[in-house]
This record gives sequence, structure tokens and C-alpha cells, in this order.
Amino acid sequence: MMRLPHFTYRAPKSVAEAASMLASGPGEAMLIAGGTDVLPNMKRRQQTPKTLIGLRNISELQTLTNGDGLCIGAGVTLTALVRDARVRIHYPGLWQAVAQIATPHLRNMGTLGGNICLDTRCNYYDQNYEWRKAIDFCMKKDGQTCWVATSSPKCLAVSSTDSAPALLALDARVRLVSAGGAREVAIADLYQNDGINYLTRRPDEILTTVVLPDPKGRKSCYWKLRRRGSFDFPVLGVAASARFEGDTVVNINIVLGAVASRPLLASKAAAALLGHRLTDENIATAAGIASDAAKPMDNTDFTLGWRKRVVREFVTLALRDLRGDDVRAERYRYALQSLEAVG
Amino acid sequence: MPESNSLTKQHLHISMRLNGEPREVSFASYKTLLEVLREDCDLPGTKHGCELGECGACAVLLDGEPVLSCLIIGAECDGREVVTVEGLAKDGKLHPLQETFADCGAAQCGYCTPGFLVTAKALLDRCPNPSREQIKESLSGNLCRCTGYQQIFEAVEASIARIAACRVSGNSEVV
Repeated sequence: MMRLPHFTYRAPKSVAEAASMLASGPGEAMLIAGGTDVLPNMKRRQQTPKTLIGLRNISELQTLTNGDGLCIGAGVTLTALVRDARVRIHYPGLWQAVAQIATPHLRNMGTLGGNICLDTRCNYYDQNYEWRKAIDFCMKKDGQTCWVATSSPKCLAVSSTDSAPALLALDARVRLVSAGGAREVAIADLYQNDGINYLTRRPDEILTTVVLPDPKGRKSCYWKLRRRGSFDFPVLGVAASARFEGDTVVNINIVLGAVASRPLLASKAAAALLGHRLTDENIATAAGIASDAAKPMDNTDFTLGWRKRVVREFVTLALRDLRGDDVRAERYRYALQSLEAVG
Repeated sequence: MPESNSLTKQHLHISMRLNGEPREVSFASYKTLLEVLREDCDLPGTKHGCELGECGACAVLLDGEPVLSCLIIGAECDGREVVTVEGLAKDGKLHPLQETFADCGAAQCGYCTPGFLVTAKALLDRCPNPSREQIKESLSGNLCRCTGYQQIFEAVEASIARIAACRVSGNSEVV
């Protein structure tokens, strides 16, 4: 049986109160929202905060309001997002990503902020204490060496969030609040390609809000690869969004998840499509460029070579989806469930 | 383990509504809801499975929604409503889902059954006439290593008519 280590639990009623609690114990406190990421990590002693600051009672984190687009409180559950018609209709890429996170139970518990801040994952890290001790630990926790690539100077744990690639593709911004003030950054700038310091969020900051711009006719989609139709983290996620004038692409983002320590913007692939139509040839060219950018490591489910090859296939599917092709059969083949039934 | 157990004597005291009754409980402050239910409330129907959110054996209803009790700290349950598998039967009469699970052979070893039952109950409370796809999706967070799921889906479908009949006959206290 895996017991939690001892911790002190605190339940602030406002963001300001939570921020002052975080500021008072630097490095010793962690935030807990849904708990579905931090509690398994605590049971395996990957994270051992002395204090857990519960965000559940903070009503200002639970709101979903219309702004220029949509403002989503970081504490909104994934189930609430899946059931929100505005998300489903105007931000289908985000809806498809969230609908495929984990399981219905975990979506009832987990929050959007939690999925955005999800700890990076690795076969050498997501193990219990005794397992990790037996390999003399890894550099992400208690050790010196990255066992994925022993000469690597940095941790190669994998960004495994489904919502973040979709939010990057939609040009979302996030608000971070600390005792010293608030700032808003593009969500692309929230991440860096380092498995340990994968967030630019400071330890004293709370991610409070996700701001989505008005879609203004922008199409979006998300394609997830995993072994089963439920539970599993992505071994590849492809998020794409585009605006068209006639058939011509006037704005496009392609974002790859689970192939690096951060969601990876496939900028060169997107640039190759700008000002062009999504013909089969152009899609094939862009998919090839995106596939070259993906550098998956041998630290998740499935074999490395296949995971690299399947990037081309999934980018092709995402771009065909944006073009308006009927991809329902392919969707069912990879989602392994009917997304219409989710909710 | 690097930490000692010297602090485990710190206790919390919470009030919650448990299977329809008000309940006060004291427990060691590090405990999950699963541990509180089994060890401090004498309700062993909810099962320890993976304890990491990967199997659904510990599912309970928290404020009506199915959640995993292994990943909820007891401290966060103050003032909330919890329903476990023990709360499904009323006055010695089984819930229609429990009857159809038995009738359809939807349980073999039975270890996953409490999680399936409460999850299916939440689905039918929210959506009284779900499609097979909706049943499959809502139960996709519960693993069963024995039955192959077919009988479980059939049992949920069989319960739909029985629950409707109970409601029509005014025997609504069981559903």
C-alpha cells in the first residue's frame, strides 16, 4: 500500500490569500487543485511538499466567462469544460484535447490549470521510491544522471499535457498571480524545453486564468495517439488551427505534444503553408517538415522509431481535418472511442 | 522511505454526508478519502486498486460525481456528500443496478464491481436512457480484468427499464 507522506493542508479562500501562503514558505509548499497529478507523485515520493495549498475553495478560480473570447478559471474541471457549449463550438481543438484526457473520473477531478502545469513524465521518473532508488535515481529527482540519454546535460522528461498544445494552437494567454503582482503571458512562453524546469512560472506564482481570444472563424482540431481509448497520457498530440480566406491559409499554427519537454511549435511547417491552399502536396510537405522537428526520446510507451514516423501521419490528419475532409473513420480508429459520447 | 512516521498522530476532524447520513470522522491527516472510508468509517466496500488513478476500483460519488477516492485527501471532504457502494441498497433492498449486475453475470472476482456500480449510478442519475456508446465512455475509467465488459454493459442497459419501473411505481427510494 502506498501512503501519502505527511503534509500540512491549508485551504485559502482567495487567490490573494493563496499567494501570500505560497510566498511565506518558498520551495516548501505546493498547490493542489484536482490532485490527480500531485498525489500520485507524492505517493511515489517524486514530490514531497511540506505544505499543500488547496485551491478548491477559491471561487474566483472556478469561473468560465465571456471576454473578447473566453476566460477560463484555472480551477474549472475538465468535465465542466467538456460540457461547455462555447468550448465545443468555438474552440473544437481544445474540446477534443480535453475530452481525451485520462478518464471520466479523472476529468471530474482534474482542472485545466492542473493539466497545463502537469509534471513532465518519463519511464525512469514515474516509478515508486524503491524502483528509482534501485537505479540510483535520475536527475529529475534525487539523482545526477538522465537515464534516457546518459550524456544529456538536461532532463528529457516528456511534456504530457493534452490541453497545452491545443491552447498554444489557439494563441491562448495565461495569467499568473503572486503576492508581488500579476502578469499575463502567451501560453507558448509559459514553457521551456527542460524536463525539470519545464515551466517559466515562478514557484511563488499561481496560474489563475486562461484567456482565449475570439476565434473569429478560426478552425482547430487535436489528434491524440495513445495505446488505449482511455486513461493513457499522449505518446503524441498534434494540435492545429487555421484561418482561411477562400481556400487560402492566412493564419496557421501546428503544435506537437509529447515529443519534447515542452509543447513544440512546428513553425517551419506552418510557415510553409501560409498563403497557400491545403492541397495534398502542400500537406505532405508540411507534415514532413513537422516530422523532422519532432525529436521523441525512448522514455514513453511505444517504440521510438514508430513514434517518430507517426508524427507525419498525425500532422497530415490534422491538416486534412482543418481542410474539412471527412476524417470520422480515422478519428474513431485513433481515439478508440466515440468522442460524441464524452460529456 | 525517507520520511519517518512520527507525525502520523496528527488528526483531522471533518463532517460530511456519508451515504445519506451526517457523519463526523477523525483520521490521520495524511489519509486519502479511500483510507478514511475503509479504515475510519468501517466501509470496506470501496477497494484499494492501483492507488494511482489508473484502475477505478476506488470510485465513489463525491457531490454526485464519480471520482477516485485514492486521489482525494480526506482533508478536502469536509462538508461534502460522499456515496459509496454501501449506500446503494436501501432498507435491505438492492439497487436495480446491483440486481442486474447479479442477473447478467457482470461480476466475476467482484473486485472492480463497487467502482462500476457507483459510476453507472452517476451516469443513470444524469442520463436515464444512455446509448451503449455513452455507457462505454462513462465506464471507461473502470478496469475489469475478468468479464471483458460485455456483461457489465448489458447489466447497465438492463437496469434502465427496472429503474424506470421503480420510478413509475413510486418505489423511488431505491433509485
